[in-house]
Amino acid sequence: MSSFSGHLDKLEAESIHIFREVAAGFQRPVMLYSIGKDSSVLLHLLRKAFYPARPPIPLLHVDTTWKFREMISFRDQVAASGGVQLLVHINEDGVRQGISPLVHGAAVHTDVMKTAALKQALDKYGFDAAIGGARRDEEKSRAKERVFSFRNAQHRWDPKRQRPELWNLYNTYIHKDESVRVFPMSNWTEMDVWHYIRREGIPVVPLYFAKERPVVSRDGALIMVDDDRFTLRDGEKVELRMVRFRTLGCYPLTGAVESTASTLDEVIAEMVESRSSERQGRVIDHDPSASMERKKQEGYF
Amino acid sequence: MTAIDFPARSLLRFITCGSVDDGKSTLLGRLLYDAGMLPDDQVEALRRDSLRQYPRGDALDFSLLTDGLDAERQQGITIDVAYRYFHSARRSYVVADCPGHEQYTRNMATGASHADLAVVLVDARKGLLAQTRRHTYICALLGIRKIILAVNKMDLVDYKKDIYDSIRVAYADLAEQLGIMAVHALPVAALSGDNVGAASSHMPWYVGPTLLDLLETISIEPLEATDFRMPVQWVNRPDQSFRGYAGTICGGRVRAGDEIVVQPGAHRARIARIVTADGDLPQAHAGQAVTLTLDREVDISRGDVIADAARPAPEADQFAAHLLWMGDEPLLPNRGYWLKIGAKVVNARVTSIKHKVDVNTQASLAAHRLQLNEVGYCNIDLDHPIAFEAYATNPALGGFILIDRQNNATVACGMLDFALHRATNVHWQHLDIDKQVRAGSKGQQPRCLWFTGLSGAGKSTIANLLERRLSALGYHTYLLDGDNLRHGLNRDLGFTAEARVENVRRVAEVAHLMVDAGLIVLVCVISPFRGEREFARSLFSDGEFIEVFVDTPLEECERRDPKGLYRKARAGEISNFTGIDSPYEVPETPEVHLRTRGTELEAMVERLAKRVLLHANH
Repeated sequence: MSSFSGHLDKLEAESIHIFREVAAGFQRPVMLYSIGKDSSVLLHLLRKAFYPARPPIPLLHVDTTWKFREMISFRDQVAASGGVQLLVHINEDGVRQGISPLVHGAAVHTDVMKTAALKQALDKYGFDAAIGGARRDEEKSRAKERVFSFRNAQHRWDPKRQRPELWNLYNTYIHKDESVRVFPMSNWTEMDVWHYIRREGIPVVPLYFAKERPVVSRDGALIMVDDDRFTLRDGEKVELRMVRFRTLGCYPLTGAVESTASTLDEVIAEMVESRSSERQGRVIDHDPSASMERKKQEGYF
Repeated sequence: MTAIDFPARSLLRFITCGSVDDGKSTLLGRLLYDAGMLPDDQVEALRRDSLRQYPRGDALDFSLLTDGLDAERQQGITIDVAYRYFHSARRSYVVADCPGHEQYTRNMATGASHADLAVVLVDARKGLLAQTRRHTYICALLGIRKIILAVNKMDLVDYKKDIYDSIRVAYADLAEQLGIMAVHALPVAALSGDNVGAASSHMPWYVGPTLLDLLETISIEPLEATDFRMPVQWVNRPDQSFRGYAGTICGGRVRAGDEIVVQPGAHRARIARIVTADGDLPQAHAGQAVTLTLDREVDISRGDVIADAARPAPEADQFAAHLLWMGDEPLLPNRGYWLKIGAKVVNARVTSIKHKVDVNTQASLAAHRLQLNEVGYCNIDLDHPIAFEAYATNPALGGFILIDRQNNATVACGMLDFALHRATNVHWQHLDIDKQVRAGSKGQQPRCLWFTGLSGAGKSTIANLLERRLSALGYHTYLLDGDNLRHGLNRDLGFTAEARVENVRRVAEVAHLMVDAGLIVLVCVISPFRGEREFARSLFSDGEFIEVFVDTPLEECERRDPKGLYRKARAGEISNFTGIDSPYEVPETPEVHLRTRGTELEAMVERLAKRVLLHANH
């Protein structure tokens, strides 16, 4: 075991502190579980924070119905492994309307199946605090968001009316119908996440590791053909390539990177060499360059 | 860097201070770029953004990297604190890029509360400015002990050594006045990167380290708060066999077997186990998040502090503290706020503002209120004693925030200095005859009926009839009328917001004494602010306080104008008149809401009498 002076220990302690504040400060907290590596770390920290008790906070997965199949089977394994309660919510209105990222585009799909679905779930269960794995190093508007980020009754974020957040003193007071989003990993970086996964032996979805996968090159991104809902455009052909994913989301919206890194150490080594940032593979973040800030104001996580 | 040594690296958190014009964001962007920490796609995006901003130039505008929010980019200023993360060969860094203008003092304090070190920027052409002094003062106030002074834009003063030297000497003087001992100075040109990531060829006279070198090597010893302290965040009780106290240790170290004391209070026990998910630890120290179990049952709740039994923390309920006001509404002395310190929340009032501190000159000024971004030295009064430390000794037990009880906003941060002696010297005298005994002998349940509403709404008229009714039925009552009290007890108070807060506080305390004496008390005061009515409510037991909103529309009050006051207010002869030039905050959930227009006086009195007598017989 490494000495406590290491920065991973500090990050871990800070996150655990935040989890405990949430459990003590709110009536009905929930942890948003998106199956990705950050969620895996978040779940690990959640368990540590309340050990030996079972975490007093349930997990919620907002299922867009377009996640990679391997993500869903990983999620179901986690749920079956016990110790946590997992809720799954799907926007049934969106399913009835047949919302698809392939037909309606990334923006509409994300808005209906993710943002609206999340609001539905929060309202349905009456959650007053929703914990997420977002990190400040991911994106410019996240860099200024609080650890405890206030949302009004319409789930909207107002960047001009954020509460000052000093030391580790978090203000958990809200009125009825208001809520907060809580980000215990605000101060982690992508590098920290991978090193922590390695140190703690945390399981992650195998899609993060390179393997030959069927992909199509579309609009400058390598999209994996994960099921038969994916239809080829003229001139497109499916190729088997050694690829892996740096972030995971809906498969038609998530670009793979060509890589031979098939183990944790290789992934970390590749990242040290890497010269591009992790959200580059996400279609939703591109242009206009403040789009994430706008999405967050509307209630996106 | 190899994958293996990564986890053992140290973490340095610092802030950058300076105004937009000083090139603060540029310096930070430049530092990230020169340290090779910017991913290619971010550099590409920066190139695009730079071109959009300056269509003819081909240089990178590094300030665009950190000015994240839309509004900020449009105005070209940094409003909020932006956090940046980078890893070098030796360290992991968290940088808080803080806005420099005076109206963003609160944002800077927020950034400073998370930092070990500050990089203070000064424009070589301008030298030390009022803002340099302000930034350094805020750093000192928040306990930052190390500062790197970066004298920027050396390219615009022909890289002259004497200019740099005079700024460096003047700053060392300033820092010493403010109690900051460690200052490292260096000359830089952020735009071109001189002495940022690489040594400057333009300034051979400077032989010290570059900014990056300094950050890599500067030693950051944590503050040695040696006595063991842990605020309890969460009582962990999965089943009958386990009862643990979870928290983050904020001072000293603890071993299994150590004797501890639970504060506030004197319950002692020994540490049985130090539990973590990775197994029990033989010992743990400041910064670690653990769960402690004890060798015997002790009543411990969230907010209590577990401390070294041999060296417990001081306890008090009255303090002197520095307060930085962050709320849009001003601080009013004697208004109630929630105070959060460690994991504890108590009710607090600022009993007096000893003086305000001019953040630019540190001069002491007289003040009756604190506005947004103002710093004051204040006396604070809590409703419960707490375990604490002076902020300079242990920031985790000396730093606190104030929360507005109405809108839940975080309205201030504070740094405790010392306990006021009167708290420890004046003890609550225990008396044998209590409220129950006194009320019992009168055969009634004491109550406080709090009539609130505009001037001329009919509060006194209704209360007067109600008192006659209750008295006739044999109940013991007293009517406290706001106007009448202003002839005696409150003769010294005017009608400013501060005076109104104090007026209501005194009336509420008197009503409380009378309820304690067993009486049914009828209070008639406009009491226009929710905060004060909530304060009054907080003095009483559940069910004792009955808020009666006498709801008469302003135009009706003005039509009646029994004392001719509205006419005078409209004519400008009196000011701060509720409803005219001073607000009335309507009660949201009063126990009784009387809509007076179109309702018979008798019917209202009848309704109130029923409400009071509901459980009033002993």
